[in-house]
Amino acid sequence: MIQPLTIAKEIDARGSFCPGPLMELIRTVRSAAVGDVIAVLSSDPGSIKDIPAWVAKANHELVALEDVGGEVKRFIVRKTH
Amino acid sequence: MKQILVLGGGTGGTLVANLLAKKLKDEAEITLISASPRHLYQPGWLYVPFGWQDPRALSRSLRSLLRRGIRLEVARVAGLDPANNTVALEDGRKLGYDYLVVATGSRVTPEDVPGLAEGAHHFYTEEAAWRLHTALAEFTGGKIVVGVGGLPHKCPVAPLEFTFLLDEYLSRRGIRDKTDITYTYPIDRVFTIQSVADLAAPLLAERGVRTETFFNLESVDPQKKIAYSLEGTELPYDLLVMIPPHRGAKFLENSPIADAQGWVKTDRGTLQVPGFPNVYALGDTTDLPISKAGSTAHFEAPVIAERIAAAIQGREPDARHATYHGKVTCFLESGYDKASILAFDYDTPPKPPAPSWLYHYEKMAFNKAYWYLVPTGVI
Repeated sequence: MIQPLTIAKEIDARGSFCPGPLMELIRTVRSAAVGDVIAVLSSDPGSIKDIPAWVAKANHELVALEDVGGEVKRFIVRKTH
Repeated sequence: MKQILVLGGGTGGTLVANLLAKKLKDEAEITLISASPRHLYQPGWLYVPFGWQDPRALSRSLRSLLRRGIRLEVARVAGLDPANNTVALEDGRKLGYDYLVVATGSRVTPEDVPGLAEGAHHFYTEEAAWRLHTALAEFTGGKIVVGVGGLPHKCPVAPLEFTFLLDEYLSRRGIRDKTDITYTYPIDRVFTIQSVADLAAPLLAERGVRTETFFNLESVDPQKKIAYSLEGTELPYDLLVMIPPHRGAKFLENSPIADAQGWVKTDRGTLQVPGFPNVYALGDTTDLPISKAGSTAHFEAPVIAERIAAAIQGREPDARHATYHGKVTCFLESGYDKASILAFDYDTPPKPPAPSWLYHYEKMAFNKAYWYLVPTGVI
């Protein structure tokens, strides 16, 4: 059976140009506990490339990428270490 | 009479208190609590390390900037009890309020990164900026690493500005050719906003600055003089300038209105604290994913002042000031007396123009005119 995900923290970074969704995600991941799942809402078209690239580089896990409507995407990331 | 309590005497707190005093005159009692009797103009610290700005000119009496009807208490806050509308001070007093504005800003916490406090310089406090001034004056060549040492940090463009000014400073001293400068940034480009990164990256390359992106500082070894990143990069240095991570005020960490790092939960439009409609937050204090900068507080303050004044006067807030739309404006120094400007809000990304003398001198003029224009609510 698939366990439903518990989101430890959701960041609404829609309309955030500076510092921007990825910087908000990095800071939240760094202050989270290992295993925590974090969601970030982004309306920045660049996030589709930026966020998965950082998650891979930092060896965390991109659990899901959801379309929320319009240009808004929801990235779900698990802190793995 | 209604009691309004404003915590913090920086740009946000001072401006909100003055706007409220102007709108409400004798309709409310306004008290501002500040840990310091001085109001600091922090953007000026950028120039201190190069000896281009005397930090003693970057502060003024907070009292002198407040309208006469506002009561100023120089005291430190110990804690909040928003369910009972009270604030406890470190001296043991308890103050009640009808409306509370939290504007206690951010503080640097180098202790959050192992080795950072011992191994690195920064310019995010007056004292640190003085210390970096000494270190730079004694520097004769070698490896300088400049970067973002933790998130969040206020004034997002400052590390980039510092790097451009550093290149100019070392050139003027005739030791630029004996110095390697490396600029580090947490994500895969030199600045978070793509258009700004596109403007800054060629300028850094032109000036021979090496860039190390995807660099999230993990630790510093002050003995070996190496900075280590989360991504596995090691950077040796002779002089390290790393912006420390920031947190909210200590008394806010894990308070009922804030998260573990002390950032106050804040509605992005009304600037109210969810669950406590008589409590507002602005500036660096909030958990909003927007720039921690004086400019943010400057554009947020009228919203809070209007909403509180309207509530006390029993009217609807004026639609022009009822909602914050994410407006922020800031200058970007690019060295050699040139600067660009960034202006944006929740719906409009910034389109920075090519650096020019015009924006640099506008920034210089603003740095001088700040005292007369911003805390008092003239602009």
